[in-house]
Amino acid sequence: MIQFLLRRLLLTIPVLLGLTALVFVIARLLPGDPVALAAGPNATAADIAAYAREFGMDRPLWVQYLSYLGGLLRGDFGVSIFTRRPVIEDLAAYLPATLELVVAAMTLAMLVGIPAGLWAAAQRDRWPDYLSRVVALGAISMPRFFLGLVLQLVFAMAMGWLPLGGRFPITEDLPLRVTGFLTLDALIAGDGHAFKVACQHLLMPALAMSLSPLATLMRMMRASTLEVLQQDYVLTERALGLPQRLILLKYVARNAVSSTLTVTGLYFGWLLGGTVLVETIFDWPGLGLYATKAVVTQDFMPIIGVTLVIGTLFVAANLVIDLLYGVINPKVRQP
Amino acid sequence: MNLPLLEIRDLHLWMRSFEGEAHVLNGIDLQVQRGEIWGVVGETGCGKSLTGLSVSRLVPTPPGRYGSGQILLDGQDLLALDESAVRSLRGRRIGMIFQDPTTNLNPSFRVSEQLIDVALVAAQHSPEILGLEKGASQRAKRAAARALAGQMLVKVRIPNALDRLDDYPHQFSGGMRQRVLIAMALIGRPDLLVADEPTTALDVSVQAQILILLKEMVQEFNMGVLLITHNLGVVAQTCSHVAVMYAGAIVERGLVAEVLARPRHPYTRALLAAMPTRATPRGGLEGIPGTVPDLIAPPPGCRFAPRCGRASATCLERSPRLVPLATGHEVACVHPLPQEGV
Amino acid sequence: MTAALSARREAWRRAVYRFGRSGLSVTGLVLVLLLLFLSVFGPWLAPYPEHITGSISTAARFGAPSAKHWFGTNEMGQDVLSLVLGGARVSVLAGLAVVLLGAAVGTVVGAVAGYAGGWTDELLMRLSDLKLTIPGLFLAMAVAAALGPGIVNMVIAIALSWWPGYARLVRGEVMAKKEELFVTAARAVGAGPGRIVFRHILPNVMTPVIVKMSLDMGFAILTVASLGFIGIGVKPPMPEWGLLLSVARSYMPDFWWTAIFPGLAIFLAVFGFNLLGDGLRDVFDPRSKR
Repeated sequence: MIQFLLRRLLLTIPVLLGLTALVFVIARLLPGDPVALAAGPNATAADIAAYAREFGMDRPLWVQYLSYLGGLLRGDFGVSIFTRRPVIEDLAAYLPATLELVVAAMTLAMLVGIPAGLWAAAQRDRWPDYLSRVVALGAISMPRFFLGLVLQLVFAMAMGWLPLGGRFPITEDLPLRVTGFLTLDALIAGDGHAFKVACQHLLMPALAMSLSPLATLMRMMRASTLEVLQQDYVLTERALGLPQRLILLKYVARNAVSSTLTVTGLYFGWLLGGTVLVETIFDWPGLGLYATKAVVTQDFMPIIGVTLVIGTLFVAANLVIDLLYGVINPKVRQP
Repeated sequence: MNLPLLEIRDLHLWMRSFEGEAHVLNGIDLQVQRGEIWGVVGETGCGKSLTGLSVSRLVPTPPGRYGSGQILLDGQDLLALDESAVRSLRGRRIGMIFQDPTTNLNPSFRVSEQLIDVALVAAQHSPEILGLEKGASQRAKRAAARALAGQMLVKVRIPNALDRLDDYPHQFSGGMRQRVLIAMALIGRPDLLVADEPTTALDVSVQAQILILLKEMVQEFNMGVLLITHNLGVVAQTCSHVAVMYAGAIVERGLVAEVLARPRHPYTRALLAAMPTRATPRGGLEGIPGTVPDLIAPPPGCRFAPRCGRASATCLERSPRLVPLATGHEVACVHPLPQEGV
Repeated sequence: MTAALSARREAWRRAVYRFGRSGLSVTGLVLVLLLLFLSVFGPWLAPYPEHITGSISTAARFGAPSAKHWFGTNEMGQDVLSLVLGGARVSVLAGLAVVLLGAAVGTVVGAVAGYAGGWTDELLMRLSDLKLTIPGLFLAMAVAAALGPGIVNMVIAIALSWWPGYARLVRGEVMAKKEELFVTAARAVGAGPGRIVFRHILPNVMTPVIVKMSLDMGFAILTVASLGFIGIGVKPPMPEWGLLLSVARSYMPDFWWTAIFPGLAIFLAVFGFNLLGDGLRDVFDPRSKR
């Protein structure tokens, strides 16, 4: 098991290195001059040159790349021209918000999607199955930003049940920061009120993000459950008297979930990159918002930083999935 | 003679398919007593597997449809019961083993888990198999089931059984897995065992061991057995009685020694002749001319008539019923072979 | 020759029959045809075509849906129905362009990788894997911003994150077909690799590619709308649905019609293509469903 883990970890290093190179190259290909932008419209050539030197942009490309890599190892992600803060500080500020959103969305998607898929398979060819197919297709066709908008319209503006946006009201005190997840921090601090408020703010954005992966998870689970139901061992289990409920919920579910889990890992990565739209609608202070601003101002240090972080998290998520797969499917453990 | 353990009376089954409805079981009559091992032989498609599955009501209906006929377990008609009643019999009164040990064990669960669940379910209606007091806790039941699982693995002769109780199926070899499956089929102390080609997927060397094991278990638990196979050698080795099936009906049945030594139905004789033995000369294998009939539109009268060298006009009129010849030897043929050895 | 032809026609007829039996697939087809129709004839059908090209009418601002303006008017007095109809053309064309470009690039890359094998294969596949590590939308954003404004650049940016899927698909198919008899025959006749790949192998792998293209159309339109919403690639007065939605945000909830109708349009367009694609996949590759 440890060998398995180590091997996978080792394989991720070249992937990450390749990622940094790719991102660096793309960012450098951005036309336009971020330095000039940051220096302002009234800057003289001398000013711009001074800026360039300050940010180390006057050196040849490969030197910049190497110094960047070196910086990475020291935990230095460069400085954002726009916010004038070290990128790593920006990342630390914005990352937890995005992570919390994505984790909440994936949790919702799994909690609803997987059982729904199991149920749809059990009701195969009857109306609930048919309905689930329509709903699933509708769910993945729904633009996230439109859904968010509609949710806002109904639950915040019309009914006033939930807050319009943001993560936490400015007027109140944040719970002590431990994980960066407001919900978890509130729980750790034992602050029931803060927990409730944090959840209220989290609910709509998480819903908007979760609909698409929920639908896909449901379809995948349905497909793999149907496949498992055809297996010989299911017949044996029935022949020896096991009730259908037990077979489905215990013996079939575990076998069907494994392929669905792989998709979960993939989706986690996609969601990380897709929070932009929802963060915009709900004013959620996450990486998406930060990255958008960076792209628009052509501030490439943050762009690289965000891409790296997202890419790394994506790889990490897949690693966790691989490990979980090893737990569920014992054959995989022995190489 | 007391009530037979299993009695199948005039069982008819139709299966709906793309092309039409096939009359796959055409009046099956069979009686199994405790302690008897009945071999059910025939070529592929003769309906032997469907007969076995029917006993446990595992044939899906649709596309299956039962006609007149009964399946009596200790006198109780299984076809008349509702699903939950039948389910309570499975594993507890009727055990089943299938052909392929690699695919019949759930790969994601430990062997102990699977055995325990079968035992616990059986214990719901037959609590005595766990040997506990009434009103025992769930935990106690589980522990007792686990102990029973260990005992069963020892009984089926798995080496280091108790250490291997928590192993996964892929950690066992093919022959071992089949033993595990036998343990699973017997843990509920069933009275009737249906084994559908239990040794076909195994190495020849392992086959014999499994058959010996089956015989031992049958004696120990005093069960009745339906051993479905296409291999006459298996029948000769293991069974006490044999029923030969062709195109959905039993054409000959009786004591193994009797039927195999003195077959009276032309099909049985042809089957025996088609089996290669050490004595068969080179190029001396006899096939049976013709092909299995189309069961959607079966021929009138005896279904073997088109291939039978002894068929006459009467054979095409009615489907022959089983007629007793000597004690325990019955044949469904209008012109049975004369009484002589093979 | 005739036997093969009639067999193909029979298979085609059976496929059409199976397709027609699914209400959902037919609904999808209807929606898509409607969309395509509107994308061609939209500007002529619009009651106020001048609004599509940018003219405004401040006197008629924020009119609620009425007989004169079925979908109401927006902050510049423009008829929302006309804008939505105009946006159909933008979305469909952009989506189509993305899918075609992505499929074209991906097919070539995949065919080369699949046929050549060895180092070329490894290299190309690692490249496309790398592409997959960066979430698609983000990559599209970055590249679009890099290339500058304009719808063409946006299409290129999105297509850039689209091609790996096609590359992988085509590569698999080519690798499978490579071993088949007709390839050996062609090689025996002396055909060069280029000719083999493009004249012989590719026509046979087209079906899954086309199915994938129809499946992707919906998401391509969604991505175009998403980028439009963020404000990358399209600029007013182009009536792109995502752009309309982002502008309309500020006027919630009082003037809800400025956002709801463009949003619904996006949903129905994507839904239609997804239904159609799903139905097509059922027909051409039935083992993936039942």
